Amino acid sequence: MEKRQVLDPTFATKLIEDTLSAYPEKARKERAKHLSVNDPSGTNKVISNVKCRPGVISSRGCTYAGCKGVLVGQIKGMIPISHGPVGCGHYSWSTRRNYATGKRGLNNFTTFHFTTFYQERDIVYGGDKKLDKSLDELFEMFPLAQGASILSECPVGLIGDDIGNVARQKEKETEKWIMPYTCEGFRGVSQSLGHHIANDVWRDWVVEKYEPKDLEPDWEPGPYDVVYIGDYNIGGDAWEILKIFKAIGLRVVARMPSDPDIRDWPKAKYAKLTIVHCARSTQYFAKSMEKKHGVPYYESNFIGATDTFESLREIAEFFDDKIKENVERFIEKWTPFVEKVKKEYGPRLEGKKVMLYVGGLRPRHVAEAIEKDLGMVVLGAGYEFAHDDDYEKIYPKLGEGALIYDDVTQHELDRFVEALKPDLVGSGVKEKYVFQKMGIPFRQMHSWDYSGPYHGILGFLRLARDMDMAINGAPWKHIKAPWKKDKEV
Amino acid sequence: MPTKLERMRQCATYGKGGIGKSTTTQNTVSGLGEMGYHSMIVGCDPKADSTRLILHAKAQATVMDLARESGSVEDLELEDVLLTGVFGIKCVESGGPEPGVGCAGRGVITAINFLEEEGAYTEDLDFVFYDVLGDVVCGGFAMPIREGKAEEIYIVTSGEMMAMYAANNISKGILKYARTGGVRLGGLICNSRKVDREDELISALAEKIGTQMIHFLPRDNIVQHAELRRMTVIEYAPESKQADEYRTLAKKIVENEKLVIPSPLTVDELEELLIEYGIMEVDVEGAAEPTDPKLKQ
Repeated sequence: MEKRQVLDPTFATKLIEDTLSAYPEKARKERAKHLSVNDPSGTNKVISNVKCRPGVISSRGCTYAGCKGVLVGQIKGMIPISHGPVGCGHYSWSTRRNYATGKRGLNNFTTFHFTTFYQERDIVYGGDKKLDKSLDELFEMFPLAQGASILSECPVGLIGDDIGNVARQKEKETEKWIMPYTCEGFRGVSQSLGHHIANDVWRDWVVEKYEPKDLEPDWEPGPYDVVYIGDYNIGGDAWEILKIFKAIGLRVVARMPSDPDIRDWPKAKYAKLTIVHCARSTQYFAKSMEKKHGVPYYESNFIGATDTFESLREIAEFFDDKIKENVERFIEKWTPFVEKVKKEYGPRLEGKKVMLYVGGLRPRHVAEAIEKDLGMVVLGAGYEFAHDDDYEKIYPKLGEGALIYDDVTQHELDRFVEALKPDLVGSGVKEKYVFQKMGIPFRQMHSWDYSGPYHGILGFLRLARDMDMAINGAPWKHIKAPWKKDKEV
Repeated sequence: MPTKLERMRQCATYGKGGIGKSTTTQNTVSGLGEMGYHSMIVGCDPKADSTRLILHAKAQATVMDLARESGSVEDLELEDVLLTGVFGIKCVESGGPEPGVGCAGRGVITAINFLEEEGAYTEDLDFVFYDVLGDVVCGGFAMPIREGKAEEIYIVTSGEMMAMYAANNISKGILKYARTGGVRLGGLICNSRKVDREDELISALAEKIGTQMIHFLPRDNIVQHAELRRMTVIEYAPESKQADEYRTLAKKIVENEKLVIPSPLTVDELEELLIEYGIMEVDVEGAAEPTDPKLKQ
């Protein structure tokens, strides 16, 4: 393999050392293990998935955030109830651009915020009864809701409210789906544990608990059944991919949790393949389906045209020639379009330097897409809450000398960006304004910055267009600090 | 009528569950009341049985119960929860949930904060007694001994092994708060269970911990008779010998100047003490053995 150097490793090492020198000894030693200069062979490993150091500014969320914000809030037919004081639910309200069809308040509850609003007396006497009553009131108000997702906030875990018991009783009483998530924020080191908890609840309270025939008597498994999991339909991402699956002849029997119908989920046991998009947050479920029901899973990447085509080809390998032919036909049909996009945006983006810092998966998906398809160069990448296996996957994808930063602190990222002067930083809303104020173009790679979808072939067009607008947009040429202007006068 | 104390003294009684903390506290405070001191009892136990002998009631309406009914603790008035009983003793119960739900510790914190904010600690008070749930299981039950609250702790114990273990453990808790605040151990109150050489044993334990056995309360059925009538012994049978015992204890507490930072024993030291007083016997291998011949087989 051709050795591709994006940064001089000596320079990068020096930069990390200089950045770390601001810390006291103990913090410096610990943080040093989270930063490295990439060697595509994976020799310069970082440690990950450990708790943040006190005193640094981290971008991480909590277990509740991971559970509610990422996975559970997307289940449109279910009323999400934040069980605890009002803040957690309120400030995580509508923070994710996960789209879902349906009528708000009838069969779509993704944009609602409900809480049991804990008071002193609920802490002292327990909140079980209040939760029970809240559920009754909600189902009276919203009779068409498929059920409710109960999300524990911290105090619930401290006083030991038995939300599982409430869920079981209420399920019997109402014949709706009630799913209890014990996702108290103080558990775990980041939002990652929340994903795991949600995966386990889906498996135990829905998929293993019911048979498809109980819910849809005339349903029969088919030869091209797949489950699509771990796509959060940001700006409509999953809708793009579902169109593609349809075009290549696959039948998506369950979508978890992109614009889902929870009644489909038990079909996951009988699918031929689980197609995972965000492996960090949903591979737990995929792995348990493989282990228990022998459903293999495949980690796809639908960001960027090359990777989308490659993923489709690899998915086809699990099926017969019919699907393989369909995929080839699909690729053939769309290749001219992709070439057109590359021709249009490639020259304006080629060689542009990018730094990424996103969740637990996207840096490697995005980095591949923008490097392979648009000729951009990723100078550094890091995850907020990834585990070792995610880093193993990103080392070979980045060039030699690229910075790798795990759970990067604000100080570190600021210094890295100052030193490397990238043309674009791709990260989240917490970072956005810091870098924009530095005069550096920025794209939110969590929410696609009010744009998207970025998945699939049409998504690739939007991705390229947005990168171009961000980097080559006119405003940046006109930014000059007033005091600098004065000097010129 | 004694002269009013210069400053209010706040005391807390701790001890193993069922050892007789509530009975001892109420009887002792009655003794103080009889002497003319103004006192308040703050029950810090969800069972809410710390004031029934003073109020002649089955159970007092508690801060938390009333807060639950009215919506929140902010909706309560002090007079709803602060009642006055025999000898002018003021009584309040923190209350809390039935076992197995919620957080009783938070109930204690909420209730004590409420009392402070509402001005329950008036200047005319000489003594405040906190009667706390047997085991200090979490921070809530340590609330009465935090900064600015009880500064004197009395541990009720008996010569039974587990009661002594508990007393020693409570000393460890006091030690923790003594370092950061002003809390001190005032002494051990031996509530007799008619164990052999009980007074010697508790005196020895007190000495090892660095404190005193402030009083030895003999066992007397009249306590039960009084309790059944929801009265303290001093009210029910003022002439009885037991009433005098409680009066003596009250007097000793008034005069008590021996307030110490305890030096709790290690488990080994405690067991050595028990062996010394014949509660445990040592067999050939050196392991402890029960003294009861039936258990020896």
